[in-house]
Amino acid sequence: MVRVDGSGGASSLIRVRGLDKAYQRGGGEIHVLQSLNLDVDKGDFVAFMGPSGSGKTTLLNLLGGLDVPTRGTITVAGDEITHMSGNKLTEWRARHVGFVFQMYNLIPVLTAFQNVELPLLLTKLSKAQRRKHVETALGVVGLADRMNHYPRQLSGGQEQRVAIARAIVADPTFLLCDEPTGDLDRQSADEIMALIEELVKEYGKTVLMVTHDPLVARRAGTTLHLDKGLLVESAEPQQVAAGGRHEI
Amino acid sequence: MKFSRLIFANLLRKKIRLLLTIGSFAAALFLFAFLAVVRDAFNRGADIASADRLFVMNRTSIINPEPLSYADKILRIPGVKMVTHDNWFGGVYQDEKNFFPQFVIDPANQRQVFPELIVPDAEWQNFVKDRQGAIVGARTAERFGWKIGDRIPLKATIYGSGNWEFNVDGIYHGKRPQDDETQFWMQWDYFQEHVPAALKGQVGWYVVRVDTPDDAVRVSKSIDAEFANSPFETKTETESAFAASWVKQFGNIRFLIVSIGTVVFFTLLLVTGNTMAISVRERTGELAVFKAIGFSDRKVLFFVLAESLVIALAGGFVGLLLAVLAIPILANALNGMLPQLVLSPSVFVLGFLTALAVGLASGLLPGLGAMRLQIVHALRRV
Repeated sequence: MVRVDGSGGASSLIRVRGLDKAYQRGGGEIHVLQSLNLDVDKGDFVAFMGPSGSGKTTLLNLLGGLDVPTRGTITVAGDEITHMSGNKLTEWRARHVGFVFQMYNLIPVLTAFQNVELPLLLTKLSKAQRRKHVETALGVVGLADRMNHYPRQLSGGQEQRVAIARAIVADPTFLLCDEPTGDLDRQSADEIMALIEELVKEYGKTVLMVTHDPLVARRAGTTLHLDKGLLVESAEPQQVAAGGRHEI
Repeated sequence: MKFSRLIFANLLRKKIRLLLTIGSFAAALFLFAFLAVVRDAFNRGADIASADRLFVMNRTSIINPEPLSYADKILRIPGVKMVTHDNWFGGVYQDEKNFFPQFVIDPANQRQVFPELIVPDAEWQNFVKDRQGAIVGARTAERFGWKIGDRIPLKATIYGSGNWEFNVDGIYHGKRPQDDETQFWMQWDYFQEHVPAALKGQVGWYVVRVDTPDDAVRVSKSIDAEFANSPFETKTETESAFAASWVKQFGNIRFLIVSIGTVVFFTLLLVTGNTMAISVRERTGELAVFKAIGFSDRKVLFFVLAESLVIALAGGFVGLLLAVLAIPILANALNGMLPQLVLSPSVFVLGFLTALAVGLASGLLPGLGAMRLQIVHALRRV
């Protein structure tokens, strides 16, 4: 259940309270996010929409621990991340967050397998264990037969699948997707969205996604609109059916 | 080890640039090694000098002679064990470019004063009996293909003109690899017979062995005091000081080599540093992704430094390998115009340490930049 009125309980997976983000520009302060509250439960699939400059990506960056708020708190699975040191936050990101970027951001000199393996290099898993995890993740995204291909040998949709495999391979607490279909044609975008839906439905993943595309947003369980730094719940939320979940 | 694949994949992404950088590094390190070898060659006289040997020369200049009669007076000074004398002959063998040092020696004490230069007894006895005899260093003999029994003509340049004929009676070897094996020794008596009358009975310099190195300073002072206010005042110094002052005659070799070496070092630093800076700038987005997915600032710094070190060590290895192959060829090509060029282990260690230092220093600034990268800003630049 997603709430934006600050009424969520301590059981929320992600709890945001009084979040402000302001930038200094030209001697003045620009408030990108203002007194934002948000509660997201495990297994929720939330889409953030809004015009350019409304603060969608800023919110995603704050939730992912890539940026620090001016005021307010963010608590994820009981960990308050807003006051963590840089090193702690880095460790926290490695354990809890899977990132999916618009431009895929794969490392071009590494194969699909090696790209997906990256987050596991930070763990104590053996080489054999890492291989098993990577093969499973690439299997989930339907690219088990492309693991030795380099990004340049893959289509845009396949590259984004590899990026999703990289995001889920370490079994993070939640996924942050920043315009995951923004660079794809409609068919590839549909396939990616079907994959993200599958991660939510079948594997119980919690997904927070930024998008400009209403068709993409409609596939999320909840759509929230950001405008002038304020968060508003969509009038017509789409529910993603729950049930039949598997662990990755 | 699990990061090695990542480091090498990054290094190999621009193969031409990698090869050119390693090539620049190798060329610079080869030059660095060559300069170090030349510096060692010039310093070797001082480095291998015996602590119990003193050189006594004319106070005015080494080209001014001393009377032979000083030998007995020096020998009487307390602390002096033995004394011998030398003259610089300065002859030409066939062509001026075939330079090698030629000394007129005193056969009576030469082997006792220079025990590190070994001549087999039988060859030495032949030399002593042969007024036109010569003992040749192994390197010079090898250089000109001389063997015992050969007759060698040397054209005099200082002591008149015309050819002086010599018989090769023996070949000496140094006990240590760094000992000078290029000298040509001739008999004092033969020399005396042929020099102009005005130069008879005059030696170039004396070489003195003292009882104990601890006594060298006192003995030096005593020798110079003995001949003070005479027509041939002396200047006595240790063999290492004598060798150092000999090198000074070529100019400030040390300054020259250090200056060139420093320029090479900084050029190397700039070339590798520039490569690493470009490489990091090109990968800003990728580095941001690494940091986003949980790679710490230190790990990012480690990656950049590791890449820089691999380039430096690979370039260093190739450069030193080139030095191993090329320095003997260069030494032969120089035809003995420089002291013997030897690539010693210390030059290898110095080259390796230089490569290591350049690798670390050139990767440090780009690495710190990568370490301090703000993920949010860097991702926006992708």
